[in-house]
Amino acid sequence: MNPSPSSLLPSPGAGDAGAIALRCTDLHRHLGQGEGRVHVLKGVSFEARRGQVYAIVGPSGCGKSTLLYLLGLLDQPDAGEIAIKGQVMSNNDDHARTAARGAHIGFVFQFHFLMLEFTSLENVMMPMRKLGKLTPAAMTDRAHQLLASVGLGDKTHRLGTQLSGGEQQRVAVARALANEPAIILADEPTGNLDVKNSTMVFDLLTRLARDHGQAVVLVTHNPEIAQRCDAVRPMRDGLFV
Amino acid sequence: MSPNLHIAFRFLTAKKRAMLMSLSCTVLGVGLFIVTQATTSGFEDFFIKTILGTDGALRVEDKMQDTLRSMHAGGGSDFLISHREGVKYIEGVEEPKLVVSGLSQFANVSGTSAVLRGTVVIRSSFKNESAQVFGIDLDSHLKVSDLQHQIVQGSLAALRESPTGALVGKVLADRLELEVGNSFVLDAQGQLRRYRVSAIYETGVSDIDKTRVYVHLPEARSLLKKPIGVTFIQVNLFDKDRAPADAFQMQEVLKHSARPWQYREKAWLSAFRALSVSSAITVSVFTLIAGLAMFNTLAMIVLEKTKDIAILRSMGYERSDITRIFLWQAGIVLVIGAFAGALVGGAGTFLVSRIPLPINGIFKTETFQVSWNGWHYVEAVVTAAIMVMAASIIPARRAARLEPGDIVRGTAQ
Repeated sequence: MNPSPSSLLPSPGAGDAGAIALRCTDLHRHLGQGEGRVHVLKGVSFEARRGQVYAIVGPSGCGKSTLLYLLGLLDQPDAGEIAIKGQVMSNNDDHARTAARGAHIGFVFQFHFLMLEFTSLENVMMPMRKLGKLTPAAMTDRAHQLLASVGLGDKTHRLGTQLSGGEQQRVAVARALANEPAIILADEPTGNLDVKNSTMVFDLLTRLARDHGQAVVLVTHNPEIAQRCDAVRPMRDGLFV
Repeated sequence: MSPNLHIAFRFLTAKKRAMLMSLSCTVLGVGLFIVTQATTSGFEDFFIKTILGTDGALRVEDKMQDTLRSMHAGGGSDFLISHREGVKYIEGVEEPKLVVSGLSQFANVSGTSAVLRGTVVIRSSFKNESAQVFGIDLDSHLKVSDLQHQIVQGSLAALRESPTGALVGKVLADRLELEVGNSFVLDAQGQLRRYRVSAIYETGVSDIDKTRVYVHLPEARSLLKKPIGVTFIQVNLFDKDRAPADAFQMQEVLKHSARPWQYREKAWLSAFRALSVSSAITVSVFTLIAGLAMFNTLAMIVLEKTKDIAILRSMGYERSDITRIFLWQAGIVLVIGAFAGALVGGAGTFLVSRIPLPINGIFKTETFQVSWNGWHYVEAVVTAAIMVMAASIIPARRAARLEPGDIVRGTAQ
């Protein structure tokens, strides 16, 4: 079921469209140890503006996902800088990076990554409960609206295990939007879905992000998906080409 | 409900079998701890009650006289020759009224009874036995002993009404084939006097029941030819545990030796204490098993929930939140386990108290003795809390140390 435009949420960040949400400069990252140590990122620079959808493409092992996790502050670079909304975060401590993730970044992972013991509603409320900006009633309202906007308004009380793969990924999209983040990072968000669901999830992600003025950076192997993005950044051997 | 508690609860209920295993181990650990402590303490408490009910909380006996501590060297010299400090004991209490008056000044003293004791031969028509006669003032003695509850045949009223009445221990009465109303003769170094059995008592302490004969104090004076003084004064206290401190003060003030029950029964009390510690160690093993079960459950949940940990971390949950989520799980098991364990412990203690177990010798009982003491429950819960929480820290910290990037990368590839 496709959501109707009227079900979409207000977009407080939409007014900042075009502003730089994320910038990284000369990122280096090595993975592994000893003889197995590999220089995965070799000085990558990148910026993402609000309201734009970026696709990072490239062969497996070129460093796409590593870059995404660095941009999402899930990992730390060996060298280089990452700034979120103009604030350099790459060298901050774990506490500050975690707080920044909660407030400014939404993630959509390839394998759904819903917490399966929780209902759709609870999954979407989880980031809001941690951030603690809204009252419980407001959180519930917002979660209901987000789920309605991804076409799951009638499945709010279903557990993760009771949803199909496509539905789980749509809940994950709703959850990524929960705290109105400036940036949405998606690692192969459609990689595990059939064509129909892939299209639905991608449309949702891009439409909601544009309406809300969020920068969307997605890693994909799917050329059709990549072509529909505002910008495509191909990667090879740890560098943009 | 806080988000961390909410997540902890869901994680836990998702692993029902493992959670129930941890819970049952905790329940068993707490329950067994309570039952074991209740039974061990039960026998110790019963033993203490018995000894307090027979020989009182403390006894004031021999008079103390300081010996010479130094003497002049003589020959006009000021030189003093030191002697070792020492105390000379003069047997018995020469002036019991004065000592009793002095004892009444102690706030913790609830009763005193002057007792004249002597060795006699008791002769019945059947046979003779050596025994000890205790001359008492009945009303005073009832305030320092449980004699009124130890009567198994006859009555104290009969003794009160009869100047030549006597209370005979059950074992002694059986040996001499004496019944209530029968007469017997006490022979104290040739002094023979006839008495009648007013009542037969049983303390359960065989050394007492086979030797002691209680008679009125004036009768004992005539029999033992001791018109003044008594052998000891039996003292009862409001707070039995303060007996050593009170005994020390009494010695200082009254100049008579005073022996508290803790000193008098040191050997038995040490044996009970050793038994209590030994059983506490044994049952601690059960709570250790509860801790290991908790460790196992949480370690398993950490392994299975690495993806969820990564999701939580990506959503802004901090390392401390992850630690709390896992500690909450242990806390939930602990709270439910402690509550259910306390109920099981209480029910177990009740059932054990109904088990028939005739014991005679150091005390008399027909059933298992248990002690209903709230501290046993507190100790059991605290022990379980230490074990379970200590066992939970390692998996909780391990979960918190997981790097979300590593988890996601590992899953994605």
